[in-house]
Amino acid sequence: MTHSKPGLLIEKPGFLSLIQDAGRRGVMHLGLATGGAMDRHAWAWANYLLGNCFGAAALEITFGQVEFVSQLNASIAITGAKVTVTVNGASQPLWATLSLKAGDRVTLGAPRAGLRSYLAVAGGFSVAAGLGNSCATLYREKTGGLHRDGQPLKAGDLLPCEPQSQNPPLQRQVPVDWIPDYREALILDVIIGAQIERFPSRSLECFFTQPYTLSPQSDRMGARLNGPALEVFGERLISEGISLGAVQVPANGLPIILLNDRQTIGGYPKLGAVTPRSLDALAQRQPGSQLQFRPVALYEAQRREKAFLNFFNKTL
Amino acid sequence: MQWRYDISGIDTVTLHFGQRIDAALVTPIHRAAIALKSSLGPRLLDAVPSYTTLLLRYDVLQDDLASLMGQVSEVLNQLPDAIGEVDAESEIIEVPVFYHPSVGPDLKRLAQRSGFSVEEFIRRHSERLYQVFAIGFAPGFAYLGEVAEELSVPRLANPRAKVPAGTLGIADTQTALYPIVSPGGWNLIGRTPLVLFDQSRAQPSLLEAGQTVRFRPIAQDEYLELGGRLDDLPWGVEPGLDIQQGAPAKKQGEKL
Repeated sequence: MTHSKPGLLIEKPGFLSLIQDAGRRGVMHLGLATGGAMDRHAWAWANYLLGNCFGAAALEITFGQVEFVSQLNASIAITGAKVTVTVNGASQPLWATLSLKAGDRVTLGAPRAGLRSYLAVAGGFSVAAGLGNSCATLYREKTGGLHRDGQPLKAGDLLPCEPQSQNPPLQRQVPVDWIPDYREALILDVIIGAQIERFPSRSLECFFTQPYTLSPQSDRMGARLNGPALEVFGERLISEGISLGAVQVPANGLPIILLNDRQTIGGYPKLGAVTPRSLDALAQRQPGSQLQFRPVALYEAQRREKAFLNFFNKTL
Repeated sequence: MQWRYDISGIDTVTLHFGQRIDAALVTPIHRAAIALKSSLGPRLLDAVPSYTTLLLRYDVLQDDLASLMGQVSEVLNQLPDAIGEVDAESEIIEVPVFYHPSVGPDLKRLAQRSGFSVEEFIRRHSERLYQVFAIGFAPGFAYLGEVAEELSVPRLANPRAKVPAGTLGIADTQTALYPIVSPGGWNLIGRTPLVLFDQSRAQPSLLEAGQTVRFRPIAQDEYLELGGRLDDLPWGVEPGLDIQQGAPAKKQGEKL
């Protein structure tokens, strides 16, 4: 990594800003979390608008309030949470390509809806892939990210960019109807797992009919829920590999949805797994948001996931 | 080979090879993981072995469940029924350990508890071969089993806030090395100078599930020569232990 390359110079890093891509592959057996963008929908749109490939690294900004100066002419796109974006003080659209000139100052305000913003640059950030062929930032492990130490961005960090190509990306914008409303009531799709037999039917009925709220104790490792406690038969399990979205129920009966930065193995009983498409939507819910669950067939969930991946895998 | 599977998520299945923690499952699960990786190649995004299971993550754009499981069955049904036999060809990984109260603050208490001298406790801990049952908790954190019954001890009621990298511990019937600095509730008995996890290495983790490990007791001078550290111990140093000076190493068997 060379610092002679110009890029985006971070002046205010916000509450939590992390380099994220599609996450790691092939390293879970070493105890390494997969990481990756929490809301792949907004992340994929930011790259898509700029003509970047699906897996390109972008900046995941939680709770907004970021300020940076571009050291080069560049095209960027900001998607996700509803925040005010300004360039040199002038308000700019979200979910659209923005052209920056060297010296331009960009600010993001605090979210009015949603939680996470995604900032991509045409050509992608020049961050070397590390573990699992990914540059995902894993704070708990102190691996990955801009400096390969898992640290969030701080003031003074320079995000190096590829130089602008001869043909800058076209001005593009996501149609308004396709932009999600992150304040909408959220129903999460769950693929039922084999350990569902460990839950009494009254607990299952409760899980699929009663509302839960997202606890402020949630993070990139897990979404903790408040609501009716669930009963579980039997003891803890022998630790086994944990899937993305697994709904595990610890001794206090309050479900935890395991997310991108989850531990790789664990022994709490699991009801099933929330689908990746539902996790994308969950990633934009603020603490206190109400959630409900519904079962979905594996085939149907895979059909929706494939449609999502196939859409963004096409280049414009 | 006996196995069954269940669906764990949109792109994951869990293969089950047994019902309880059993050293005899380590080799078959390890072999299954290797065979599936080599046969499925990049179609398999992850294969995560644990005590009785192997979690497989696949690419939903390339495989549906039926086609994946067809191939998995084909591969696993060709594997020998090797349950119960330790893999003779598997290489033994030797891990040098400085067993000493300065780096293992629970060593004396554990020895007293089991009724052995510290030397005898060290001998009993290091005389057997351990298998890596699972990796988890932290990058490269290996759960090794099983310790002799008389050395088994419950984990600490109050976990320590900071355990230095390389520290060796015991909890219940398992023993483990902390690859990176982390909080920890295991009883600590020593420390290795080896770097257990380094993301810049081609193989970042020294240990992987299925491997066999032997601990070799070493004296303080060898520990320091091999790059071991004594300047980062959060529990302080007992009076009378001249560890900063690199005091002449005591021979194994001498009273600690």
